[in-house]
Amino acid sequence: MKGGRWRDRCIAALGLTGIWVLLWGSFSALTFVGGLIIAVIVLVVFPLPAVTYAGRIHPLGTLRFLGRFLTDMVVASFQVVRLAFSFGHVPTSAIVAVKLRAPSDLGLTMTAEALSLVPGSLIVDVDRKKGVLYVHVLEVKSAEQAEQFKEDVLELERRIIRAFGSPAERRIIEEVPA
Amino acid sequence: MSGVLDVIAWFLLVVGALLSLSAGVALIRFPDLLSRMHAATKPQVLGLLLVLIGCALRLRDAVDITTLLLVAVFSMATAPVAAHMIGRAAYRAGQARADLLVVDELADADDKR
Repeated sequence: MKGGRWRDRCIAALGLTGIWVLLWGSFSALTFVGGLIIAVIVLVVFPLPAVTYAGRIHPLGTLRFLGRFLTDMVVASFQVVRLAFSFGHVPTSAIVAVKLRAPSDLGLTMTAEALSLVPGSLIVDVDRKKGVLYVHVLEVKSAEQAEQFKEDVLELERRIIRAFGSPAERRIIEEVPA
Repeated sequence: MSGVLDVIAWFLLVVGALLSLSAGVALIRFPDLLSRMHAATKPQVLGLLLVLIGCALRLRDAVDITTLLLVAVFSMATAPVAAHMIGRAAYRAGQARADLLVVDELADADDKR
């Protein structure tokens, strides 16, 4: 447990150093060491809540997730554009509750972020204890379409866990049917 | 070579700008706050990404490109949070128009957290 905490801190320090180096725009010993010192100070002064990450990044799953995410984003963006210019048509929508199968804090956050970045879906509320996302979906005409959307969200969760999930989450995803 | 890059950059900048324009139109045209949030946060994310890529292709300078990368990362990380906070506040304040919702499963939730 203690070792995991230190690993998380080191990853956070490296991430912050990366941002610092990017802000300077050039990689040199000075920017790297300076960034590292500032990252350590930031982490000591503003300690992060313990987000434990038990998973591993799977390159193939990540590629598949990213590819699908980008296509979804482009397709959905143009759907919203079409909707914006279809004058005289009032879009109806729905708020659906989706219960995720493996709701770790990080998994819940990543699913919510990925959903929110794709146009047409917006997180209205989250029940962290039960692992339920309340999603507002644009342009839903019937209850069947809302059900269909729930399956899409569960598919997205499956892709995210296949890309970044821990072995335990992976087992749940493979066993519990969508 | 640089001519080709310029043309691609030009194309990306125009498409990105058009997406942002459509976001503005949708913002005015959509009927209630929750659907407007879709327009306000999303087409614009793709629009912004395209504009940033276009700028990167045009500038071709490491210092600028790293800054553009940071802009992309942070806007993608923060836009959903902003949309969520406004949407949540609006729903609780009763700003969601129930007549436009086909299904509302949040209304059935016992405690609206």
